[in-house]
Amino acid sequence: MPEHRLLLRSHLGVDFTRFENYVKHGGMTQARRAFARHDASDYLAPDAIVDEVKKAALRGRGGAGFAAGVKWGFLPKDRSKPRYLVINGDEGEPGTFKDRYFLEDDPFRLLEGCILTCKALGVHTCYIYIRGEFHKGIRRTAGAIDQLRAVGWLGKDIQKSGFDLEIWTHTGAGAYVCGEETALLESLEGNAGRPRLKPPFPAVVGLFGCPTIINNVETIANVPIITEMGGAAFLALGGPNNGGTKIFGVSGHVKRPGLFEIDLAKVTMRELIYDYAGGVLGDKPLKAVIPGGSSCPIMTPDEIDIALDFDSLKQVGTVFGTAGAIVMAEGTCLLKVLKRISRFYEHESCGQCTPCREGTGWIARIVDQIEAGNGRPEMIDLIWDAASAMEGNTICALADAAAWPVKSVIKKFRGEFDEHVRLGRCPHGPG
Amino acid sequence: MSLAFSARAEAEIQNLLGRYPVQKAALIPVLFVAQTEFGYLSPAVIELVASRLAIPEADVLNTATFYTMLHKEPVGRVHVQVCCNVSCFLRGSDEVLAAIEAHTGCKAGDVSEDGRYSVERVECLAACDRAPCMQVNEDDHFDLDATKAVELVSNAKEGSHA
Repeated sequence: MPEHRLLLRSHLGVDFTRFENYVKHGGMTQARRAFARHDASDYLAPDAIVDEVKKAALRGRGGAGFAAGVKWGFLPKDRSKPRYLVINGDEGEPGTFKDRYFLEDDPFRLLEGCILTCKALGVHTCYIYIRGEFHKGIRRTAGAIDQLRAVGWLGKDIQKSGFDLEIWTHTGAGAYVCGEETALLESLEGNAGRPRLKPPFPAVVGLFGCPTIINNVETIANVPIITEMGGAAFLALGGPNNGGTKIFGVSGHVKRPGLFEIDLAKVTMRELIYDYAGGVLGDKPLKAVIPGGSSCPIMTPDEIDIALDFDSLKQVGTVFGTAGAIVMAEGTCLLKVLKRISRFYEHESCGQCTPCREGTGWIARIVDQIEAGNGRPEMIDLIWDAASAMEGNTICALADAAAWPVKSVIKKFRGEFDEHVRLGRCPHGPG
Repeated sequence: MSLAFSARAEAEIQNLLGRYPVQKAALIPVLFVAQTEFGYLSPAVIELVASRLAIPEADVLNTATFYTMLHKEPVGRVHVQVCCNVSCFLRGSDEVLAAIEAHTGCKAGDVSEDGRYSVERVECLAACDRAPCMQVNEDDHFDLDATKAVELVSNAKEGSHA
C-alpha cells in the first residue's frame, strides 16, 4: 500500500492542540520563513507561496476539486478594499468526517496554513466557519488561536513584521447548505444561509462586499506541507493534476471504518475498501459503495477497480466529492438508503429555488411510498423526471446533490425498485 | 423591556462584536449567547437581541428560524440528538433511537413532561467511522448500541438550560 502520512498523525500519540508540541514536531517553520527578513536565505515571499501551490496542483478538498492556486488568482489586482480568507469547516456531507480531525486534533496545521495563505494574498482577517455541532472542534481551534495570539503570531504587527493578522472562529447553527460557499458567506454575515447567484464570484464580491477566498479546512492544512517540500514534489506524490495525499473516510459495512491518508491516483476503491478498511463486515459480498459523500452517484462492485482521484471516477459516472466512502454489504436495501438520503436533502433545501424546494420533497415522498410497498411502475419514471428537472436548474448544487444519488440507483440498480413494486413490500424486510 | 443580558453575557457579546466590521455578522454567535442565557429564543429574547444589535426584529427572526440549532421552543435539560443518516443507519441507529424514545418516553421531536429530556433525530454529525453516534447536550458519544445509549442518556448531567 503506497502510503505517506503527511496530514494524519494521530498514530504519533502527541497532543497537537498544544503549541509547543506542534513546534517540537516541525510546526511553524514555514510561517517563520514567510515572516523572515527579506534578505534571509530561506525567506518565503508571498508570490513564492502562490507559485508553489499552483505547481502543486492542490485541488480543493471540500468537494468540487477546484485548483486552489487558480482560485486565488481570481482576486482583483485593485487593493482598495480589504480582502478576506474564509475557511469552510462546515463539514456535513453525510459520510464525511475528515475536517473534524484538524479542528479537534491538529488545529495548528490549519492555522499555519491560514497564516501562510493570508501572507500570500495580503489578507489581514480570516474567519474559520465551523459547524455548530462541532463543540470540541470549536473549543480547540479557538484555544489554538489564543495560544498563537499569546506568542505574537496573531494580532498587530505579528513577529514584528508590520503585518497585522486576526483569525477568528465563527460558529454555524445547523444548516447543511451553509457548506455551499455563498450560503456560508450569508451565514457569516448573520443571515439565513441562502446561496447567492454567481457571478459575481466571492473572489470579487464576497464577505461584506469585499474580495474573499473560501477554502476547505483540509485544503489549507496542505499549504505548509507544499511550501516545505515544494510544489513539484507535492504534485509527484499524486497523479497528473492531482497533487498530494488525500484523506479518505470509510464508513458503513466495513471491518475497520476510519480515516486513511492515501496518495492521490495511486490507490483504487477496491484497495481502499479491502486493504485499508479491512474488507466488508462479516465477509459478505459488496453490494454498492457511495464514493465521496451521500450526493455522489453510487458505484457497483464491478466498478471499484478505479483509481481514486478527482478525475478518474468520472469514468464510472460518479464524482470524487469529499472522499467519504459509504460501503454497503449484500442484503442492504438501497431504497432504505435512498430514503435517508432523499429526506436529508428535502430537510436541508433552503427553499429559494422551486425545482429544489419541490423536487426534493417529491423524490423523498415517492421513494418512501415505493419502499413501503405502495409503489406503481410509473412512479420510477416520475422520480427520474423530477430529478432531471432539478439538475442544473437552481442557484446552488444542492439540487444536483439530491438528484444524482437517486438517478444513479435507478440506472444501476433498477431491479431493486422493480422488485419493491412487484412484491408490494420491501424484499429486505420492514424498517 | 424586562429581559436583560447578565454582565457575563454582555462581556461575551462585546468580545464577539469586536471581530466583525458589521454588527449583524455577530448575530448567530449572539443568538447562541442568548440561548445559553435564557434557555431558548422566545419572542422576548428575539426582541432583546434585535435591540442590542440595532437590527430589525424581522431580520433576527429570519435568521433564527433558518437554523436547527437555534431553539425557538424550550428543549429538555438533557437534549439528545441521534444521527440517523446513512452511515449511522447502516450500523443500527434506528434501534438506538427507538431505545432512547422508549426510555425517555419522548418521541423524536418531543420534550418529556418533566422537562428533563428532549429527543431529536438529526442529520450527519460527521463521525461516520464511529457510527452510530449521538450528541447529548454538548458531548459526542460514539459506537453506540441500544443498551449503551440508554445508559449514557439516563446518566447524563442536566445542562443549565440547553
